[in-house]
Amino acid sequence: MSEYELNLGFREGGKPLRETVNLSDGTPPPWDLDTKLAVVGKDHPRLDAIDKVTGRAAYSYDRRFPNMIFAKMLRSPYGHARVKSVNLDRAKAVPGVLFAEAYQRPVNYAGQEVAGLAATSEEVLDDALQLIEVEYEVLPCSTTVDQSLNANSPRVGRAPSNVTGPDRAAPDRVARAHADADVVIEKEYRTQVQTHSCLETHGSVSVWDGDELTVYASTQATFAFRFTMARSLRHPAAKIQVVTEHMGGGFGSKFGCDGWDVFAARAARETGRPCRYLLDRREEHMIAGNRPDSLQKCKFSVKKDGTLMGAEVESYGTSGTSARGGNARNPSVYRFRAQFANSRTVMTHAGRGRAFRAPGHPQGFFALEGMMDELAEAIGMDPLAFRMKNDGHPVRAEQYKIGAKEIGWNRRKKSGSDKGPIKRGFGMASARWGHNARPGSPGAMHGAHVRIDENGDVLVANGCQDIGTGTRTLIAALAAEELGLTPSQITVRLGFTKDPLGPPSGGSQTAPSIAPVIRRAAYKAKQDLLAAVAQRTGDDASALDLRGGKVVGGKRALTFADACRMVPGGVVDVNMSGEVADYRLPQYTNEVAGVQFAEVEVDTETGLVRVVKVVAVQDCGVVVNPLLARSQINGAVIQGVSYALYENRVLDRNTGDMLNANLLDYKIAGAMDMPEIVSIAHTVFNGKTTAGVSSLGEPPAVATPGAIANAVANAIGARIRSLPITPDKVLAALGSL
Amino acid sequence: MTKRKIQMMLSVNGEDHDVSFLPHRTLLEVLREDMQLTGTKHGCELGECGTCTVLVDGEPALSCLVLGLECAGKDIQTVEGLGTAGGPHPLQKRFAELNAAQCGYCTPGILMAAQSILTKDPTPDRETLREELAGNLCRCTGYLRIYEAIEMAAEDMQHGS
Repeated sequence: MSEYELNLGFREGGKPLRETVNLSDGTPPPWDLDTKLAVVGKDHPRLDAIDKVTGRAAYSYDRRFPNMIFAKMLRSPYGHARVKSVNLDRAKAVPGVLFAEAYQRPVNYAGQEVAGLAATSEEVLDDALQLIEVEYEVLPCSTTVDQSLNANSPRVGRAPSNVTGPDRAAPDRVARAHADADVVIEKEYRTQVQTHSCLETHGSVSVWDGDELTVYASTQATFAFRFTMARSLRHPAAKIQVVTEHMGGGFGSKFGCDGWDVFAARAARETGRPCRYLLDRREEHMIAGNRPDSLQKCKFSVKKDGTLMGAEVESYGTSGTSARGGNARNPSVYRFRAQFANSRTVMTHAGRGRAFRAPGHPQGFFALEGMMDELAEAIGMDPLAFRMKNDGHPVRAEQYKIGAKEIGWNRRKKSGSDKGPIKRGFGMASARWGHNARPGSPGAMHGAHVRIDENGDVLVANGCQDIGTGTRTLIAALAAEELGLTPSQITVRLGFTKDPLGPPSGGSQTAPSIAPVIRRAAYKAKQDLLAAVAQRTGDDASALDLRGGKVVGGKRALTFADACRMVPGGVVDVNMSGEVADYRLPQYTNEVAGVQFAEVEVDTETGLVRVVKVVAVQDCGVVVNPLLARSQINGAVIQGVSYALYENRVLDRNTGDMLNANLLDYKIAGAMDMPEIVSIAHTVFNGKTTAGVSSLGEPPAVATPGAIANAVANAIGARIRSLPITPDKVLAALGSL
Repeated sequence: MTKRKIQMMLSVNGEDHDVSFLPHRTLLEVLREDMQLTGTKHGCELGECGTCTVLVDGEPALSCLVLGLECAGKDIQTVEGLGTAGGPHPLQKRFAELNAAQCGYCTPGILMAAQSILTKDPTPDRETLREELAGNLCRCTGYLRIYEAIEMAAEDMQHGS
């Protein structure tokens, strides 16, 4: 056992937390404020960047195999229907059609599969799909939250009610808090359905070799994908390998193996030929997931001196045909005397919701932060001062100051101060997320493979995927830190499930979860290497270390390569699972903190909102690679801008079909819509694991919509409580429509 | 639909290729499916996302909206011709350095659009970049690094020449 005194916190301020921990031998010394890090915390270009910019990086859609066939499904244009008959005869007769199936099941969303085909070319598929004859009995459908809340609305599936989840009333203490308050405000906030719009659509290519299956999948969870595929095919997982070297975006929607993947694998097995099914753009919008909408009825109260009193939210969100996951998350980051939220999922005849970058949070924080501004305005308090008074988080306390300075909060004026049609406004919002570092589960702990060859080559392997955040580069930096090398000297193999178990990229858990086990394996490899050196040189192994490509602390001047040649047998090979203890260290705070500030210009004649600048200050634990971390924050902000101002899935209320299932009518933010973004990756030595790396992908997506909406309200002096903030809503709020 | 392939010469990245393909195939399909040049990505097949952007006679074109047949005698440039891992184009070098590619799926199309911008305007200002890249969607990066990388590459090319 070794004893370490941890010094946790952040450099800019706050009171550090000092705690002593005892860790078993073989555990790398935990990183804290006093650690001198050589690689971690510095900018490192993405290891695979050159593959991506030269077109060499192979995505699932790019996989090509001799004799490959193609699969596609015929999908219902109706949201609710009975399939009376499906006739495949004419389709099967088309030369080149090799595999066909019909699914005569009740249809509950437009896009639900009715038949599936596999054929020798995509042209044959397109021809044959048109020859499938389907007789539908079209039924009335329910497509909106308001419609489904009506007890008389058409039922989705066989559920007794379209509304699921708890139905609790606020406890008395909330009512008492309201009664003691000076101001009580009740408002309704709404958000829309957003689709993930990954540029590479969902799908995979299945290749059988005897009874061994390799699936090249566009997934953010290689191991979960393998598990579902194995179960669906009733085939041993040990005989299935999932490969995801590169994937073109997921954002929560590519969490596992889908029906189309299984169909392609079965078609491949039946025909003995590799089979590809990558969704088309329309399918991607309709059936591959979305962020549920929300209707949030809020009742908040405050005292005149700015003391927060009661907060209650009754919210509903549609997750399509899914009976779960539609709820907005209404966690408050502020200190109310009493708060309560009841959140329910509402089923509609529409494609299922899926996890989408901070599920439930952008919705919940849009309402929360809007209400905060409404309270502040009612008592005549500055929104920033109001939040600082009511927020107990030590990291955000500092972030408010950093953000206010960067945006120039003192430029914020009262609504109506600007002459002329263009009005400027400033707004802000907060964010929270968990420290989602997970060791895996008992019997299935995350692992790592580190191999050092006699010529000094280092390989680090894990079977998880890089969703685009730069996991490969992060792993290289962590290993390089232990081995005294640079990230570019490390080869990282990622995305093959034959390698050790890794986390799914969801809940922003990949980096925090993988870091401790990568450190532990690289640390062990270093110890093995140094033991071999000591044996040869007569040094005390515990006095040796690896730094700057050299062995330090010994009698002889040795490079890393010299040391590698001293290993008996020539190879250091470490295969290691993580230790739960590495994930149970003391923590500075139990959640990651963020704040964002937005500056907007609103044209009161056209109703157009332009986001001028966003400042995003985001706690990410120990920042391994600021270059990549800032990019993550930039990306979250632009998705937030897009969600706040443009994106909106539109369903035909009569048929349930999606009317804008493309990228022209479903508008996502483009190059012209980009504000200036100041992304500040705020390093907090938070503890929890030996690496202290924390969650980053999702938290910066939480605050942007609320900050923008608050800025718009400041600009025009009227509040828009529904997203997206489109010109018609701006003009209506101004009374110009 | 005719099932008979046609055979023609296509000039891709400065080399003449004898290619046979079905006459209804788009340039995107010919490049990816018939020539195995998968650097050009498939995004929407509807001309909406810009992912499949290539240069045809120096002009950016959405290869999903151009027929392979239309390209006889034309000079087609794809990301594979821009540079290599050993000898990257300044744009590729700067994109890699600045982390202008995250998931990287939109990157080849944006690189080709950027190449065309720099050919016409060796020192583009930010507003030009915003306008010229308006047709290329990126869901990950927030565009900022993309602008910066193009600006730095432009500078490299000025000083290099």
